[in-house]
Amino acid sequence: MKSNPVYRVCTKILFAPIILYGLYVQFHGDFGPGGGFQAGVIIAAAFILYGIVNSLEEVMQVAPPKIVTFMTVVGVALYGGVGVANLALGGNYLDYNTLSHDVAHGQHIGIILVELGVGITVTSVMLNLFYLFAGYKGVAKK
Amino acid sequence: MSALFVNIFLVSMMVVIAILVLRSRRLFAVIVMSGAYSLISAAMFVNLDAVDVAFTEAAVGAGISTVLLLAAMARLPAEEKPGSVNVIAPLAVCILAGAMLISAVLTLPDFGDPNAPAHQHVAPRYLAESDAKLHIPNVVTTVLASYRGFDTLGETIVIFAAGLGVLLILGAPQRRKNRKEDDDNEPHSGGER
Repeated sequence: MKSNPVYRVCTKILFAPIILYGLYVQFHGDFGPGGGFQAGVIIAAAFILYGIVNSLEEVMQVAPPKIVTFMTVVGVALYGGVGVANLALGGNYLDYNTLSHDVAHGQHIGIILVELGVGITVTSVMLNLFYLFAGYKGVAKK
Repeated sequence: MSALFVNIFLVSMMVVIAILVLRSRRLFAVIVMSGAYSLISAAMFVNLDAVDVAFTEAAVGAGISTVLLLAAMARLPAEEKPGSVNVIAPLAVCILAGAMLISAVLTLPDFGDPNAPAHQHVAPRYLAESDAKLHIPNVVTTVLASYRGFDTLGETIVIFAAGLGVLLILGAPQRRKNRKEDDDNEPHSGGER
């Protein structure tokens, strides 16, 4: 599809706004609809669009599979890490009140960190699924 | 009242799409139609004031899963194999399950009934606290990330495990293949296609 200038130009124009919209959905989830799950899918969609229009190899240069796989773990670790931090600060697991002296402030920090963890995991898992399905060559056909 | 008509319209469109999906043998058409099915159900969730669910359905159901299925379809033949169709047993199971579901739905409380058990237990506390005490107007986010943080941790781990599973199933044979190509001339069997 790379030969078609319409696809190429549209992708160039849309790529950054899609990611920006994903970040908006990610960090505005407290106030409007949205959150980590949706934001993760939207950000992954931007990369998948890039991969469909250009090629799998090119999107793999933008977001290398090794880093994407690593980010899957980072998201879950961030979520779990917030819980461990709460334990270390003397509260229960995932008791965000311990993150700040003010209850509301602590909850805000906790929710943003936890949603960020969800977003990172969802983005990287979706992107990884795309890499694996699109790049699957079958079991060795020698 | 108009919401009811919109719902009836959307549900009948979903039924039409479901029948078309059943009758079509072309995988591409089936995948695109199931994407449309998801989009219509997202519209229905908006109509039911469940914007967060609609958002997820539109992004995941209509967007990503359609793309992933299309990517997977590229490795498959374009048409489903015509097989022998035994209608009676599946039809009986569907009618039985459908009758059970409908009888269960009849005993549910009305949609939006404030006296429904779901709105009596912890929901009033969440609704009262979320904005006033925590200053987070979107109660869905508060429930998802704070009150039910453990459940969401579980969901995230499910997604992580799903990604890991696909990586192990689809990623591993290729890696093995590459290694085989490296030390060359090793006899290989088990290529399925």
